[in-house]
Amino acid sequence: MNEFLLNSTYFGIVLSLLCYWIALKISEKVKSTLMNPLLVSSAIIIAVLLIFKVDYKTFDKGASYLTYFLNPATVCLAVPLYRQFNVLKPNLKAILLGILSGCVACMIVIVGLAAVFALSPEITASLLPKSITTAIAIGLSEEIGGISSVTVACVIITGIFGACIASTVFKIFRIEEPVAQGLATGTSAHAIGTSRALELGEVQAAMSSLAICVTGIMTVIIAPIVVGIIS
Amino acid sequence: MKYVKQFAIIALMTFLGECLNLLLPLPVPASIYGMILLFLSLQTGILKLSQIEETADLLLAVMPIFFISPTVSLMSSIGVIKDSLVGVLVICLLSTIIVMAVTGLVSQAIIRHDKKKKEVQE
Repeated sequence: MNEFLLNSTYFGIVLSLLCYWIALKISEKVKSTLMNPLLVSSAIIIAVLLIFKVDYKTFDKGASYLTYFLNPATVCLAVPLYRQFNVLKPNLKAILLGILSGCVACMIVIVGLAAVFALSPEITASLLPKSITTAIAIGLSEEIGGISSVTVACVIITGIFGACIASTVFKIFRIEEPVAQGLATGTSAHAIGTSRALELGEVQAAMSSLAICVTGIMTVIIAPIVVGIIS
Repeated sequence: MKYVKQFAIIALMTFLGECLNLLLPLPVPASIYGMILLFLSLQTGILKLSQIEETADLLLAVMPIFFISPTVSLMSSIGVIKDSLVGVLVICLLSTIIVMAVTGLVSQAIIRHDKKKKEVQE
């Protein structure tokens, strides 16, 4: 099967699009954060590739063309940032300081725990971008010497976990302000968290998507410094 | 033909971002440069939102599809983290809770502080 598909470009593209479409249908029917379309579609594809003994490389030959759109899509994150910028001016101090403290806390926890578990420098570097949106995380991971596929895994695990526990964390720590809730979800759990924030309210969703951009930019600045210090 | 024009503008921003990534010695991904360039162009009025809006919204809506291949690549990279799997998982879960709490509490404290100050002034 692998040899037959080796020369096909559209195999990977068709499989990606079909599985994502199926995953979207499933997530519409089953309302659960675990039914994240990206997670479900990737799981289906991995299963298909394993069952039919097709190499990842054969699949990626076509599927990587879809990934080429990642950069322009990330550039377009400027659009929600621009749309919400004027509305968010009054809360600027809370936004910047709240997100900055979250980013710094994230780096300290990761570096500290990585030392406890005696993780290799590559794995530690792969973990640092875990709270930011995948597009930026992949680019940053490569820049600081991480393994991009490990980073993607951590980003997705983080996002899904963050979306699941958001309400519980808000209850325990008595985080009641809608703006603060939105910032907390976006800073810790990026786009997947934002899909949960959308259910909490409009302010939460707006703040959460703003936090994705700001957290991404702050982490891009802080992470290389952290890597410089620990290496 | 508006999609051609819109995508051309977005592609141009992406390309300029790549140029900055190659020219400047900073570890900033090309896409972040592009994002900042696009934001500044919108903010300064060089570009109007309507000149890119539909294409930008389309790209953002289908964005998860562009992550499928990197996610599936886990099947070939799982060997790399096999030995550190427990550590990686614990770090992912613990740091998510801590970041959420820290950002939430800090921003809430500032918002409430500012609100009180306003009430006192009034």
